[in-house]
Amino acid sequence: MSKLGNLGARLHRGEISYDFVGKRKIWYGISILITITAIVGLAVRGLNMGIEFKGGAVFTTPTKMSTSVAQAETYAKDASGHEAIVQKLGNGSLRIQIAGIDTGQSDRIKQELAKDLNLNPEKLAADLVGPSWGEQIANKAWEGLGIFMVLVVIYLAIAFEWRMAVAALVALIHDITITTGIYALVGFEVTPGTVIGLLTILGYSLYDTVVVFDSLKEQTKDITKQTRFTFSDIANQSINGTLVRSINTTVVALLPVAGLLFIGGGFLGAGTLNDISLSLFVGLAAGAYSSIFIATPLVADLKEREPAMKALTKRVLAKRAQAAAEEDLAADRAAVADDSDAAPAVVGPRNQPASRNRGRGRPSGKRR
Amino acid sequence: MAAPKRGRSASAQSKPGRSLALILIAIVALTGGMFLSGNTTPRLGIDLAGGTSITLKAKADQGSAINKANMDTAVDIMNRRVNGLGVSEAEVQTQGTDNIIVNIPKGTNSKEAQQQVGTTAKLYFRPVLASEPSGPAGQSPSPSASPSGSSSPKPGASPSSSASSKEKASSSSTASPKASATSQGRAVSDALKAGSTPSPSPSAPGSGKPSATPSASASSGSSAAAKLQAQYATLNCTKPDQRAKVGGATKPGEPTVACGQIRKVWYKYVLGPAAVDGTDVKNAAARFDTQGASGWQVVMNFTSSGSKKFADVTGQLAKNQTPQNEFAIVLDGEVVSSPFVQQAITGGQAEISGSFTQQDAQGLANMLSYGALPLSFQEQSVTTVTAALGGEQLHAGLLAGAIGLALVVIYLVVYYRGLSIVAMASLLVSAMLTYVIMSLLGPAIHFALNLPAVCGAIVAIGITADSFIVYFERIRDEIREGRSLRPAVERAWPRARRTILVSDFVSFLAAAVLFIVTVGKVQGFAFTLGLTTVLDVVVVFFFTKPLMTLLARRKFFANGHKWSGLDPQSLGAKPPLRRTRRPAGPVAGSVDPKEA
Repeated sequence: MSKLGNLGARLHRGEISYDFVGKRKIWYGISILITITAIVGLAVRGLNMGIEFKGGAVFTTPTKMSTSVAQAETYAKDASGHEAIVQKLGNGSLRIQIAGIDTGQSDRIKQELAKDLNLNPEKLAADLVGPSWGEQIANKAWEGLGIFMVLVVIYLAIAFEWRMAVAALVALIHDITITTGIYALVGFEVTPGTVIGLLTILGYSLYDTVVVFDSLKEQTKDITKQTRFTFSDIANQSINGTLVRSINTTVVALLPVAGLLFIGGGFLGAGTLNDISLSLFVGLAAGAYSSIFIATPLVADLKEREPAMKALTKRVLAKRAQAAAEEDLAADRAAVADDSDAAPAVVGPRNQPASRNRGRGRPSGKRR
Repeated sequence: MAAPKRGRSASAQSKPGRSLALILIAIVALTGGMFLSGNTTPRLGIDLAGGTSITLKAKADQGSAINKANMDTAVDIMNRRVNGLGVSEAEVQTQGTDNIIVNIPKGTNSKEAQQQVGTTAKLYFRPVLASEPSGPAGQSPSPSASPSGSSSPKPGASPSSSASSKEKASSSSTASPKASATSQGRAVSDALKAGSTPSPSPSAPGSGKPSATPSASASSGSSAAAKLQAQYATLNCTKPDQRAKVGGATKPGEPTVACGQIRKVWYKYVLGPAAVDGTDVKNAAARFDTQGASGWQVVMNFTSSGSKKFADVTGQLAKNQTPQNEFAIVLDGEVVSSPFVQQAITGGQAEISGSFTQQDAQGLANMLSYGALPLSFQEQSVTTVTAALGGEQLHAGLLAGAIGLALVVIYLVVYYRGLSIVAMASLLVSAMLTYVIMSLLGPAIHFALNLPAVCGAIVAIGITADSFIVYFERIRDEIREGRSLRPAVERAWPRARRTILVSDFVSFLAAAVLFIVTVGKVQGFAFTLGLTTVLDVVVVFFFTKPLMTLLARRKFFANGHKWSGLDPQSLGAKPPLRRTRRPAGPVAGSVDPKEA
């Protein structure tokens, strides 16, 4: 802890900080690159839609099946007249997936398959879906996404301000694009479970963003009353100040999901657990990234366009230039006054961070 | 950091015991309620408990609108249907705007119920224009069939043809060789014309003569009639694919061909436009006729508009000859019964009698009562899960949850040390509340824990832990500013509180939208997520914060023990301010020295 705690302390005091906002162009670039890759992936490879979107059936046998995968494939093909995908799951049961059959045919196929596999039909779990089922879920998902986005933008615009709402929305779209892009590129199967996971990212992705924005809002409350920091400076401090928190919340959120993904999914093979947790895992990681690297710098960008902020930036820069000039002057004077002793010149700049530090987080204007 | 002075809650800090007592009482009360009501475990969804779940989607192609009233009626009908069939605890509910989910727990009759729900069609009474047994091709459809060949087993064998109207016909009159003439194409087309122009000329009722006399004058619809006739001629009802083709899609106002199985023999029919709607039937019941010898019969009661329509149509049918004095009860495009009429039935009550078994009669009564769905439905998905598989999934889910929880706890212990006690206690309280409320919601609002809901609960561990982290990090920030623990705990709270509320609100919003918009599995997930988000807020406000206030008074934490997670030194607090710590002083009076 102590090491991490120290890091937290140093981040808190601003002793160390990464210039997220200043280097935003790099991160924007990376994000645009990822987004383009994702879109190209979507366009070229498309999504590997699960059986729920094509119509079909998934039969799951009890554990300890002696039937081989190849044998089961033959049985399934004979019973249905369609190609079948058979997987052996971790617990020894078989998962037989047949695309292109409708719910009307399924009962007959189930009976035949059960006979072939030498099973009581009661013991053969079946998940049969019509071709429009997945579509319906997806449509509902889009509908939900739309409603949520509108509501959340309104809420954030009221709770914070419209710029933050816009930035949060951009970050959200960014997360969803990346997640779907990864699905397209890797070729993971898209199932209703995936859709559920994707929709959950909505709330989660914004959680981190909201935490950073909250700190940002607080710290920039009286920003125009001081001339020490520009909006971007404070935005950067906010990110750095909440960095530990963001990392912690993301790690803590990812841990159960990882448990779900690797243990729950690994034990059962493909299934709802796996589908949900996979898209959550990808989406959470993307969400953490976007709240730090995209959302806040974007707010700073938008904010810097405001006339008041422009004026502030001007004042801050002027003041800094003046201070620098004075320092130079002082240094010159010191150099002139005492050629041999360079210490005062060194002391000056060294004091600088300390004083800046004390004013940090206090844009109240009390200290000038 | 300059903290806003407002919003510091004095009550929360001064009476932490009260909040803790409150939440403990709530937990005890809820747990007590759980044990008293006997629902000590959450109700499991079909995907975990085993059983069959059928999702049906309403189709808007029949002219009737998909609206709440129609959906509710459909649910009501299906509910009575599945439960009327002796499937206990079957559950029918709407989801979203146009879906109905039927959950049938494992055990008795799930297949039968599935079929019954599957025949979620509309019920019509249509006049029969022609009918004959539909055997293998080549036998019955041949136009030159001899009267003897076609005086098929129908009359004696089928309950419907021997069924009579209120005045029970003698069984001799039902023995008319009605099929003889209808096997000829001409008769069919005539019959069709008769159907399209509702002015059939009277013919001797109940006579044994063939009813082939071209009685009606043709007026219109001959091409459609010809098409129908051709369809009728080639139709072979013993073939399932052909049966499927003639089903459902026909508009009620048009004549159609249909199949019906009566006593294991398939018959094919040409039917006129629907005369009475299934919705006109008020109710129907199976009854054992104790006076007559007819055994089981079905008694129908019509609504006022229904009885008028029924009187009209029976009045007209009674004038016709067999089979044109029959009306067919058509469910999902399939003829379930075709009793004939001897005279107009007025008064809104009718009996169908025949050699019914009790089961037949009850089945028919059920269909008549509940068969009239206001919408037609399409099966979207059918999931059958064996209990063994469901149990395994639950196991895997719980295991994953336990491991996820363990990982979170390990992380919290490593990172927050002593503070993790607070976090773990809060997680525990949160988990208990979630469990108890889920158990109670089972009987209350039919909440069932399905696999996605388990998933949601696991994901919620992260959300709940997030709130503590926000608060803890705030406290640590305050300590870094140089405050001692007690003021730090109080000063950190208002701001952490706001952050927690804002971000929880966003999470809750997502869950709520998800819950309202989506259907099926997704809803369970969204519900759990929303529930745990609300509980998170409750736990943080009424448990975590008061507990933190209490613990701040303990030496272990207040003095910043190395293992407390709040050691100012390792947190990097500013040394000069540490000596200003005043543990004994009034907390509210501790003002940031820098600000003074």
